[in-house]
Amino acid sequence: MVTGERNYFEFFQLPPQFALDLNELDSRYRKIQAWVHPDKAARLSEIEKRLCLQWSTLASEAYRTLKRPLERARYLLKLYGVDPEEKGEVAREFLLEQIEQREAFEQALANRDLKALDRLADRLQAAMDDLVGALAFLLDVDRNYRQAAELVRRLAFLETLWDKGNCARTEWSE
Amino acid sequence: MLLTIQEPTPAAQAVGIDLGTTHSLVAAVIGGKAAVLAGDHGVLLPSVVSYRPDRVEVGHDARRWQTEDPQNTIVSVKRYLGRALDDLPEEFRLPYRFAKREGMVRFETRAGSISPVEVSAEILKVLKARAAQALGNEPGGAVITVPAYFDDAQRQATKDAARLAGLNLLRLLNEPTAAAIAYGLDRETEGIYAVYDLGGGTFDFSILKLTDGVFEVLATSGDPMLGGDDFDQTVCRFLMAQNGIDSLEPVDYRRLLEATRLAKEQLSLDEQVSVEVELGRGKKLSFVLTRQTFEQLTANLVQRTFVSVRQALSLAGLAVKEIQEVVLVGGATRMPCIRRAVAEFFGKLPLTDLDPDQVVAIGAALQADLLVGNRARGDWLLLDVIPLSLGIETLGGVVEKIIPRNSTLPIARSQEFTTWKTGQTAMSFHVVQGERELARDCRSLARFELRGIPPMAAGVARVQVTFQVDADGLLSVSAREINSGVEASVSVIPSYGLSEEEIAQMLKDAFAHAQQDLEARRLSEQRAEAMRLLEAVEVALAEDRALLDEAQFNVITQALESLRTAMEGRDWQAIRNGIEALNQATVEFAAQRMDQSIRRALAGRTVESIAE
Repeated sequence: MVTGERNYFEFFQLPPQFALDLNELDSRYRKIQAWVHPDKAARLSEIEKRLCLQWSTLASEAYRTLKRPLERARYLLKLYGVDPEEKGEVAREFLLEQIEQREAFEQALANRDLKALDRLADRLQAAMDDLVGALAFLLDVDRNYRQAAELVRRLAFLETLWDKGNCARTEWSE
Repeated sequence: MLLTIQEPTPAAQAVGIDLGTTHSLVAAVIGGKAAVLAGDHGVLLPSVVSYRPDRVEVGHDARRWQTEDPQNTIVSVKRYLGRALDDLPEEFRLPYRFAKREGMVRFETRAGSISPVEVSAEILKVLKARAAQALGNEPGGAVITVPAYFDDAQRQATKDAARLAGLNLLRLLNEPTAAAIAYGLDRETEGIYAVYDLGGGTFDFSILKLTDGVFEVLATSGDPMLGGDDFDQTVCRFLMAQNGIDSLEPVDYRRLLEATRLAKEQLSLDEQVSVEVELGRGKKLSFVLTRQTFEQLTANLVQRTFVSVRQALSLAGLAVKEIQEVVLVGGATRMPCIRRAVAEFFGKLPLTDLDPDQVVAIGAALQADLLVGNRARGDWLLLDVIPLSLGIETLGGVVEKIIPRNSTLPIARSQEFTTWKTGQTAMSFHVVQGERELARDCRSLARFELRGIPPMAAGVARVQVTFQVDADGLLSVSAREINSGVEASVSVIPSYGLSEEEIAQMLKDAFAHAQQDLEARRLSEQRAEAMRLLEAVEVALAEDRALLDEAQFNVITQALESLRTAMEGRDWQAIRNGIEALNQATVEFAAQRMDQSIRRALAGRTVESIAE
């Protein structure tokens, strides 16, 4: 039976670490789908069709999880027995900074100021890149999972803001 | 026991069907090339079904009744699939009479109350017969295309229509994806494609990445209520207003609509067209329509398509300039205003070298051919997405999203629930599809009732509900109580679809009408199913006999032989039992084969080297 018990890194036969060769992940994902996708099963028995569906579903889920840095970091922490969602602390200065950012963001939205929004997006992107770099160190080298969990919470916060900005941009263009 | 392992027989020919709003087509791969199959009046079969006093007419024959007997002649039935009366804008209610009921609409005709599923099945039957004649054999299977933006109810309705028509449905394929296959394989270029598909009744826009033989849909969006028909309707309303006509008899409205459609088509070639329409009671309406007026009247419809285009770009996280090629699909893209608007938006000329009416059917035929294995395994791979989010209604009517839109298919998500009463053995869920926050603003798909949860104290039972969406974009739900491992039974009450009983009844009615023997049909269906299974198991044994020890091998070969014996008889139930037994006997073998596949896939060996 297909279960989620095998971890996603083992599934793709990749080392369980945050720094991941995304091209290699892409290529392994496709190789697996090329064998197990339900479209390969049209001439197989019902049992094999069902297995293909399950494997293909698992492959997509594993790929989706490992591809995005935030999801990958969360998943690794879970493997290490750390719950990244726990109400851990977030540094005070980060929170203050976030309140500021959010206000700037709300203002840009209210004023429909596309330029201000672009500037904020650039800053957000840079901050997210920094966090991803720090996470690679904390998770793979320093193995400081508590600190990593805090950065994951920060990253989640930034991504939410990023998505909001994208939504607003689409709405404006309509 | 002796078993001869036969060479895999060449699969029966499979066909691709474009079940369109205005026209439908069937195509097949013949001698390695995909071709559209022609009927008596060419390749396009008008999607028109007329219920005559003594028979059902489809296509060109039916079209002549649409003005004379509009209430018994259904055109553009695709608009009504999986739709309730409340979903339909006023202009699509005329000239029909609808049965007063909840759920999917039904047309009141002289043949009784008819579901859009049955109407669609009539079209499919004609295409099936056309294919059988061209190929010399009943098609072994069919890929049927649907708009990418079709929701679960519309997809299920299409699937049910295939079943009523007696087609072995291999796959529902999204129309833009089908077009991308046709173009992608034709041009053999990699990169990011956009498919702009404006059909008779639906608009679809998809962005795909083509690399290494993988067609990956990055985003899809669309408008299920926007198509070439709307251009006709708009011009029609304009003409009525201009001539001081408040309302028209259904017959006259049809005539005017038909004249408008012809005028629209002519305006794709000429700058101006003059039209004369004979209305009832000796009335006449004549008008001159210029391309400029036409374009001014319909500019907002053209603009509406770009709302979806922008949405898809944003979902895919792509800028306009990152789109390498834009493909035009659907007869409505022949309009110069569309071509101009698309070229302007993307800053490049769209590709139109394949016939926009045929490209979807061609792509479907290529996929059908791939599915039945007439090509080497792994020739190309389609990774499509779900167009709309799936969620369940929670307290206060708020939707909790379970599967977000644009997720690669197949996908499954699980959610855990608990009981709130001691001894509670059942619970129900309302599943909706859409992006809005409140359930009443989304599309109701179905209510799922779980039964057989083991009785426990309140809050102790942990019911894990799994929502699985398959490659066709169709949802199924299963549930299990985690502590006991007991599977709960799930029954589905579709909001707009047909229940299992309704389909069974329709099948029965169809046979009563055709005076065919239902038992004979069941027998031939079970035999076909048994043939497919026998072949599948034989191929598996030929490839992987080494995975089995002697005892396992014997169990499987015994089940194989029993099924072969059953097939010689005329008892369809015995065949069904034989199928079930063989399936059971191969469960472990199938799992081992899958494990081996994954290992091989990752061992870095190419697909070709394993196939050899």
